[in-house]
Amino acid sequence: MTAAVEFRNVSRHFGNVKAVDDVDLTIAEGSFFAMLGPSGSGKTTCLRLISGFEKPTGGAIRIFGEDVSSTPPHLRNVNTVFQDYALFPHLNVRDNVAYGLMVKGMGRAARHAKAEEMLALVKLDAYGDRKPAQLSGGQRQRVALARALVNEPRVLLLDEPLGALDLKLREAMQDELKALQHKLGLTFVFVTHDQHEALSMADSLAVFNEGRIAQIGTPQDIYDRPATRFVADFVGSSNVLPPDLTRALGGPAEWASLRPEATRLAASGPVMGPVTALRYLGSGTRVVLELQGTEVAALVPAGQPVPAEGTTAAIAFDKGALHLMGAV
Amino acid sequence: MTSSAILPAKGLADRLTAVFWRHPRVLLAILLTPPLLWLGVVYLGSLAALLLQSFYSIDEFSGVVKQEVTLKTYAELLRPSNFDILVRTVTMAAAVTFACAVLAFPIAYYAARYAKGHWKAAFYLGVMLPLWSSYLVKVYAWKLILAKEGIIGWAAERTHTSWIIEGLLSIPGLEGSSLSTSPLGTFMVFCYIWLPYMILPMQAALERVPNSMLEASADLGATRAQTFRTVILPLALPGVIAGSIFTFSLTLGDYIIPQIIGNSANFIGMAVYQLQGTAGNIPLAAAFAVVPILIMLVYLTIARRMGAFDAL
Repeated sequence: MTAAVEFRNVSRHFGNVKAVDDVDLTIAEGSFFAMLGPSGSGKTTCLRLISGFEKPTGGAIRIFGEDVSSTPPHLRNVNTVFQDYALFPHLNVRDNVAYGLMVKGMGRAARHAKAEEMLALVKLDAYGDRKPAQLSGGQRQRVALARALVNEPRVLLLDEPLGALDLKLREAMQDELKALQHKLGLTFVFVTHDQHEALSMADSLAVFNEGRIAQIGTPQDIYDRPATRFVADFVGSSNVLPPDLTRALGGPAEWASLRPEATRLAASGPVMGPVTALRYLGSGTRVVLELQGTEVAALVPAGQPVPAEGTTAAIAFDKGALHLMGAV
Repeated sequence: MTSSAILPAKGLADRLTAVFWRHPRVLLAILLTPPLLWLGVVYLGSLAALLLQSFYSIDEFSGVVKQEVTLKTYAELLRPSNFDILVRTVTMAAAVTFACAVLAFPIAYYAARYAKGHWKAAFYLGVMLPLWSSYLVKVYAWKLILAKEGIIGWAAERTHTSWIIEGLLSIPGLEGSSLSTSPLGTFMVFCYIWLPYMILPMQAALERVPNSMLEASADLGATRAQTFRTVILPLALPGVIAGSIFTFSLTLGDYIIPQIIGNSANFIGMAVYQLQGTAGNIPLAAAFAVVPILIMLVYLTIARRMGAFDAL
């Protein structure tokens, strides 16, 4: 399988700031790839390196095998859905979508027909005559999507496209984006700081930390087997156990992660601690214990008894559920 | 400890704020009355008086203003000697506006998109500084710069490029013994004096164009020239129009620059000055003064029709 996008030792430094530092990355053709990380971790800079808005300070970037180091953005066959959508306020929706075709010199009738086709694809058929200001956030997002797809790019880049939408709309758009990607068979590269979004949408993802990739893999890899403490912390919900606690619980003296779903409550055990918080989730209750100063969550399924806050309890788990990882 | 749900009014300020809260329009009326009186009575009133005067005429023999409504004075505007003044002034104003727009754009673009911190301060200072010194001083300074013995003539002589200036001064319509006595000199000084009024609104308009919009254009395949024509220019157009209102109307009304620099050919402002002063022909002066107002109304209507304000 061809690699849609390939980074070899790519760096982008701004003065002393290493926004992207020696990154190796391969994005498979036709995959839905997410770049996940906190703000300032280098994920957006990586996206801008692919679109050409940033030039690498070092290393090589290849798109479908071709080195694009000296190719300006307008000659790259990739398109971007911008975080703020960047719709042109003086053009109506149809002309916004047809913009890419207009600058290529396609005639008015032909490009408008194609634009209508793309608008139908994102279910905005009747909105061609409106100005972007007359649309809701979700509709603008679809127009931005249609505009980016009209040029039939080989890779579609999405820069936190759902960040400005409310929760319900965001979830609906997640499903739609996924369906659209399947239908078109395109390579989507998606930047987000929302771990749930990345885990639920991506075929594979890279977790960024301070300009470097902390881990790259499938959502299952990342969630079940975080490579470092940072990944476990950032991807969230997993318990991160310091070496002393891991050893006290019967493992080696190393950092480890333990999923709350794999953690049970026990009446007694090697380490006991008070229940400090309870959170009812519907399908169960998340019970937080404080064990040797570390908060450890266990998921108690619905129907099972839940201890009261302040009572003392211990945890139990299968040996296999404990995942050891690096300290960084 | 218990406390009342309503706090006691402590003084006049508390009571006044309460009155304004109960009657929001009272505050608005108090704030708006003085400026509206000033604008409505003093300014619009005198404008109306001007308009009225332009419909009067002057008795050719006695020189007394006849207070009867007539279009005779406006007909006089169309006499060749007067009509020349209108054409000359409008041509000059249009040329100055166009030149200012072309000169201002790169400066405004740089200031809006690239200048940060100290450079931004330097930009504002550089643009505003000339406005701090007297207009007359600047115009007389330019007279010296443009004079035959001035720095431009001197530099041209030393670099053996005097033929360029001589060539320009031999173009029909721009003749003069030096730049300071040619309409070309008038044009250059107008451009210099009004340039800040074009740069500032242009810069404000360009600053409102987000960077991602230019990136989106490039991302979709547009060249720099296409981005300029289809994105930057339409979005900056309200600023360009605002700036051109300044440069255009200021040139239409100015009467000092053409008096000091150039070949003493009459402009609207000079005509008004002479007619209301020495000649005592107030109606014709008023008619001349109405022309720039009409031109600006027509200009704004056309700009609006062309969609110049759509991006606002």
